[in-house]
Amino acid sequence: MSRILIIAEHDGQSLNVSTAKCVTCAQAIGGDIDIAVFGKGIEAIAAEAAALESVASVIAVDAEHLAAPLAANWAAEALALADGYSHLLGPSTTQGKDLMPRIAALLGVNQISDIMAVNTANSFKRPIYAGNAIIDVEVPNGAVVVATVRIASWSAAASSGSGSVDVRAADSEAVAHTRYIGLKSGGGERPDLQSAQRVVAGGRGVGSEENFKIIYSLADKLGAGVGASRAAVDAGYVPNDMQVGQTGKIIAPDLYMAFGISGAIQHVTGIKDAGTIVAVNKDSEAPIFEIADIGLAGDLFTVIPELEKLLA
Amino acid sequence: MKILVGIKRVVDYNVRIRVLSDGSGVDTDGVKMSVNPFDEIALEEALRIRDAGNAEEVIVVSAGGDECQQQLRTGLAMGADRAIQIQTSADLQPLSTARAFLKIIEREDPGLVLLGKQAIDDDNSQTAQMLAALWDRPQATFASKLELDGQSATVTREVDAGLETIEVDLPAVISVDLRLNEPRFVKLPDIMKAKRKPLDVIPLEELGVAAEGNLEVGHYAPPPQREKGIMVEDAAQLVEELKNRGLI
Ligand SMILES: Cc1cc2nc3c(=O)[nH]c(=O)nc-3n(C[C@H](O)[C@H](O)[C@H](O)COP(=O)(O)OP(=O)(O)OC[C@H]3O[C@@H](n4cnc5c(N)ncnc54)[C@H](O)[C@@H]3O)c2cc1C
Ligand SMILES: Nc1ncnc2c1ncn2[C@@H]1O[C@H](COP(=O)(O)O)[C@@H](O)[C@H]1O
Repeated sequence: MSRILIIAEHDGQSLNVSTAKCVTCAQAIGGDIDIAVFGKGIEAIAAEAAALESVASVIAVDAEHLAAPLAANWAAEALALADGYSHLLGPSTTQGKDLMPRIAALLGVNQISDIMAVNTANSFKRPIYAGNAIIDVEVPNGAVVVATVRIASWSAAASSGSGSVDVRAADSEAVAHTRYIGLKSGGGERPDLQSAQRVVAGGRGVGSEENFKIIYSLADKLGAGVGASRAAVDAGYVPNDMQVGQTGKIIAPDLYMAFGISGAIQHVTGIKDAGTIVAVNKDSEAPIFEIADIGLAGDLFTVIPELEKLLA
Repeated sequence: MKILVGIKRVVDYNVRIRVLSDGSGVDTDGVKMSVNPFDEIALEEALRIRDAGNAEEVIVVSAGGDECQQQLRTGLAMGADRAIQIQTSADLQPLSTARAFLKIIEREDPGLVLLGKQAIDDDNSQTAQMLAALWDRPQATFASKLELDGQSATVTREVDAGLETIEVDLPAVISVDLRLNEPRFVKLPDIMKAKRKPLDVIPLEELGVAAEGNLEVGHYAPPPQREKGIMVEDAAQLVEELKNRGLI
């Protein structure tokens, strides 16, 4: 039977929802599910992890050098725990993508990126070519499965469980060659892009940082998170953490509204899992209309104020 | 200091890829091939570091069949000093690529290895992290800013929560993100000059690396299609539709 270890993601305060999504993927694989929480002062986070449905136990490794999520430190600690597990999973967030390949290489195995579906305990579906093809990949017999879980493909496990928590000291030592300096967070108080039910996004068509105010304003009316195309980020209208797409965030809100976004494949791959896609673009030939559920050919600077009035 | 830059030959980012109807792969017949866009950014950064006097030599490295010499020549035309092809007909997965790169590192002793954050064909995003692990050196992935400071580098990383800064001792492996720089365009005379720059071909076996432990890739399928949508005339109709679907 499979024994699955999930490496938790958190910000030092609370568990990231991507971990609960990894649990759902682990349930699809089937077997015993444990979660490792690395950090400093992580009791509350460990308790959150232990409450996730079908989690057997949480191993909380509390150490100063694990406080920041440096891949070199976390990978060494994961390696110390890996013995006996058939599967090691992390989310395909930037943190998981940074960490899991390092663990896989130390274990001498290839890694599977972005599991979207489970065929069997060692065969999975994953996207390639910006989501334009889906392949089946199978792990060779007897090899440990190390993988990241595509979080837009999975719902979060409920918090109805009651796993045990085992707090331990670290097995590994701090690496000297890498030092954490800090994090400058771009976002404000709006709902997190990766878990928001509604997302309003703007592209190059919005035209400036100043103009982006109307995107924020509509988002606030709808209680939505705010996303952007790469072009909008590159032009400096918004911070990098808002980028949606192949090389940004892959999201799956119930409602995605794109304003002034043309619909390049690299952008579209980030929103294909959305429930309903709305596109407003003044070019009626824009490729975004090929995938939009509801399209409106029009000027965003006229449409958004009208929408706001109608929603008031 | 030498800088090693990974150059992967991939289907051009503008090509709309199509899955073959028998599910055996994707159609790459007559499709435009290019340098992985992130690798151009990695190379641009390496050239700027060299031209600022902080490195002596930039070496571009590609693992693949002889056709990847085209992309290495592009790298030479951009300004790299020499090129190495790790010659193999196998489709290397990141672990084997990292093992092969490690052998080149042992031969060349670089102070910095710059790779792309991901190859846009397989979208793996693994090779840099694996190489750093095997080499037992620091990794700084998804870099959008890089400052060298003697024996270390300060790297700003694009992460989900914003911009993270870390400091790594050299040698290190850094994977680059889109906003690190804008790669230069290649000029015609540079293409001519690149033909005379050295390009070494080293068979993968000569490095003592085999493409083994691979994940077996089975069936290819096109992504699920979304149902055809509708067009509305104005904001009022849009709101009406959203209400009908229970979305607002
Ligand atoms: C390796 C690689 C990775 C990439 N990764 C990503 C990624 O993760 N995410 C991403 O988004 N892109 C990514 N891109 C970039 C992508 O190819 C496109 O360049 C980008 O998505 C375009 O952004 P845009 O739609 O905002 O801009 P444009 O393509 O310039 O489109 C702007 C649109 O706004 C419309 N418009 C203008 N004014 C108005 C108005 N007043 N009202 C209504 N509509 C208006 C125009 O008709 C146009 O359709 C990547 C590219 C590469 C090469
Ligand atoms: N066959 C290859 N030849 C040269 N560089 C490669 C190769 N495969 C991967 N790389 C490098 O590793 C980066 C990340 O690739 P990947 O891990 O496959 O997403 C790429 O952007 C390249 O810089």
